Amino acid sequence: MLENKINDLRKDKDLLLMPHLVLGYPSFGENAELIDTMVGAGAEIIEMQIPFSEPMSDGPVILKANDEALKKGANTTKCLDFAKETCAKYPDTIFVFMTYYNISFAYGISRFLEKALQAGIQGVIVPDLPHEEGEEFLFCCKEVGLSPIFIFTPTNTEERLKDVSQYCEGMVYCVGRKGVTGIKTQIDSSLDGLIKKYRKITNLPLALGFGIQDKNDIQTVTGKVDIAVIGTKILMIQQKEGIPAVGEFLKALRE
Amino acid sequence: MTKIKQGYYGQFGGKFIPEILWTNFDELIASYKAAKSNVSFWAEYESLMGSYSCRPTPLTYAQNLSEYLGGAQIYIKREDLNHTGAHKLNNVMGQGLLTKRMGKKRVIAETGAGQHGVATATMAAKFGFECEIYMGEIDVERQRPNVFWMEKLGAKINVVKDGTKTLKDAINAAFRDWIYSMDTTHYVLGTACGPYPFPEMVMWFQSIIGKEAKKQIMSVTGQLPDRVYACVGGGSNALGIFSGFLEDTDVELIGVEAGGKGIDSGKHAARFVSGAGEVGVAQGMKTMFLQDDEGQMRETHSVSAGLDYIGVSPILADLNEKKRVRFEVAIDDEVIEAVKLTIKKEGIIPALESAHAFAQVIKEAPDMRKDQTIIINQSGRGDKDIFIIADALGDKAWKEFIIEKAKVYCVGK
Ligand SMILES: Cc1ncc(COP(=O)(O)O)c(C=O)c1O
Repeated sequence: MLENKINDLRKDKDLLLMPHLVLGYPSFGENAELIDTMVGAGAEIIEMQIPFSEPMSDGPVILKANDEALKKGANTTKCLDFAKETCAKYPDTIFVFMTYYNISFAYGISRFLEKALQAGIQGVIVPDLPHEEGEEFLFCCKEVGLSPIFIFTPTNTEERLKDVSQYCEGMVYCVGRKGVTGIKTQIDSSLDGLIKKYRKITNLPLALGFGIQDKNDIQTVTGKVDIAVIGTKILMIQQKEGIPAVGEFLKALRE
Repeated sequence: MTKIKQGYYGQFGGKFIPEILWTNFDELIASYKAAKSNVSFWAEYESLMGSYSCRPTPLTYAQNLSEYLGGAQIYIKREDLNHTGAHKLNNVMGQGLLTKRMGKKRVIAETGAGQHGVATATMAAKFGFECEIYMGEIDVERQRPNVFWMEKLGAKINVVKDGTKTLKDAINAAFRDWIYSMDTTHYVLGTACGPYPFPEMVMWFQSIIGKEAKKQIMSVTGQLPDRVYACVGGGSNALGIFSGFLEDTDVELIGVEAGGKGIDSGKHAARFVSGAGEVGVAQGMKTMFLQDDEGQMRETHSVSAGLDYIGVSPILADLNEKKRVRFEVAIDDEVIEAVKLTIKKEGIIPALESAHAFAQVIKEAPDMRKDQTIIINQSGRGDKDIFIIADALGDKAWKEFIIEKAKVYCVGK
C-alpha cells in the first residue's frame, strides 16, 4: 500500500522528494533519461503526467509541455507502455500518475486503472475530479487496488477537507496557495498555519506542491510535510540547462 | 435511476472542477439559487433588458421568404435586435446582476466570435466592473473589429496561444485566471456549457427568448408553432428559445450544427449529427465532444466562429438522447446561400451562426403545409461581421476597398 511505503521511507528521511514530468515531452527517450537522473539524485517518488489537450489546472510551462507532447504523438497507450518499462527498471522508486479525468474515461476507467497497476503505478491524481463525480473511478480504484490521491487547497473549508480526506488514499496532495501550477508559493508563516490545518484533518502523508523553488523552501517545509513536489521548476531547468542540471538541482535541495 | 445528482441532465452535466474552485462554486450556486427563487430578481432583470437592450425583441413575420419557399409560414425571433447585436447580452446582463449581488468587482470571459466578449465588456462598462477577456489567437485574427470594440469598452484582451488557439483554449485560460482570482472575480461563461450551475443558469437567463416567443406567436397565430429552429454552438440561444416550448411536445425543436466543409471532410463542428461525437469530460462538464479515441479534443471547423466548438451543452446532449430535439447540420456553402436569400427577401442580415438555422428552414419549409408555422431564432445580426461575410461572399468590390484603405494607412504612417 502506498501509504505504508511512504511511511516506511519517511522513517529514514525527513522529507521525500516527488519531482514531476510530462510524459512524451520532449520525448519518451528524454523522459527515460530524466527519470534515471531523478532516481540517481535520490528522488523517492516520481509523478508522471499523461498529457491532455485541455489541462485546465496547469500553468503556462506544463501546459506547453502537454501541447508539445501531444503534437509529437504521445498518447495514453504509449504512456502506459513507458510506465511499465520504467517501473520495472526502478523497483525501489514509487511512481504515480497525474492526469485529467477524460484520459481514463476515454480509455475505460477500470481498464486504465488495471493497466496502470500492472505497469507498477501506485497512485493516481486526477485534478479535475472531485470525489462527488468520481463514484465509478473510486469504485474501480478499490477493485484494482490503486490509491486515489485527492487535493487539499487553502480555499477549502475544514468540513470540505474532512470530506475529501475520506476518499483519499496514499497521500494528500496539498496546495499551498491559489492559482495554477508554476506560480511560486510564499513559504511563510501563513503556510505554517495552513499545513497545521491540513495535518489536523488527516494522518495520511502530506505532499506539498505548486511552486517549490529552492533549498530554502525545502528547509522551511521539512518537518512540516512529508513530501515536497517539484513540478514546473524541473521543467524549466531541463529546458534551460538540460537533464544533468536537474540531477544537480535535486541533490542540492537536501544537502 | 433513483437518485438524480445535482447538475445532471440524464447522464450529462456535472461539475468537474479543480478542488481550489469548490468553495467558489458553492457560493455561485447559492447565489444562483437565491436569485432564481426570488421573483423580484427576474423582474429587475426584465426591466434592465427592457431599458438597456431591446426587449421584448420582435417576432417578425417573414412573408416574402415564406411565399418564396412555398410551404410553412416563417416567423423570425429577432435576437439580433438586442443591444450589441446578439442573444449573448441576455446571459451577460443576468450574470452581471449576479456578480453585483456576490459583491465581486471584476469579470472575466472567454470569447470565440467576439460577440460574448463584446457583450461582457459592455456589461462591465455599465456596471463599473474591471474586465478581462480571453480570446484564441486565431479568433483574434478572424474577429478584429470585435477586439477593437472590447478594447474601447475598457476590457483587457488576453490572446490565448495554447492548444488550437480557439474558443476551447480561451475557456481553459479563463478558468486558469479564475483559479487565482475567484475572491474578487466572476467568470461570465458565455454559453450553456461548463460545470454546474453554468449550463442551467445560462439557459435560465436565455429563457427570456422562449418566454417572449411563445407569447408572441400565440398572439399572432393563436396557436403554437409546428417547429422551432435554432443554431447550436454551445447551445445557449437554442436552449433559450426551446425552453419556451419544451413542455409542448407537439412543437418540434430543431437544433442546427455547423457542418463546415461537410461531414465527410472531417472539417466540421457537428457533435451529434456527424456520429463522430463521443461522451467525454472536459471544460468542467460531461457531454458530447469531438475527440479522438483516447480522449484528446480534435480541431473543429465552421465558417462561423460562434459554432466552432468541440463540446455542447449537457442539457442539449440529454435532449438529444431523449429525442426531444432533432439535430441537423448546415454546411458552410448552404449557410452563405441562406444569408444571401434572407437579405434579399426580407432585408434582414443574419449572423453566420444564425444563418445555419435559416439554411435548415430553407431545406425543410417547402415540404410543409401552408397552414403550418415555423419560428427561427435569429441569434444575432450579420452586419457587424462585415469582414467575415464579405470574405465568405467573395465580394470583389469590398476587397478593392480594403486594399485602397490599407494604402491610405501605409502612406499616412
Ligand atoms: C450570433 C451568435 N449565435 C450563436 C452563437 C452560438 O452560441 P450558442 O450556441 O451558445 O447560442 C454565437 C456564439 O458566439 C453567436 O455569436
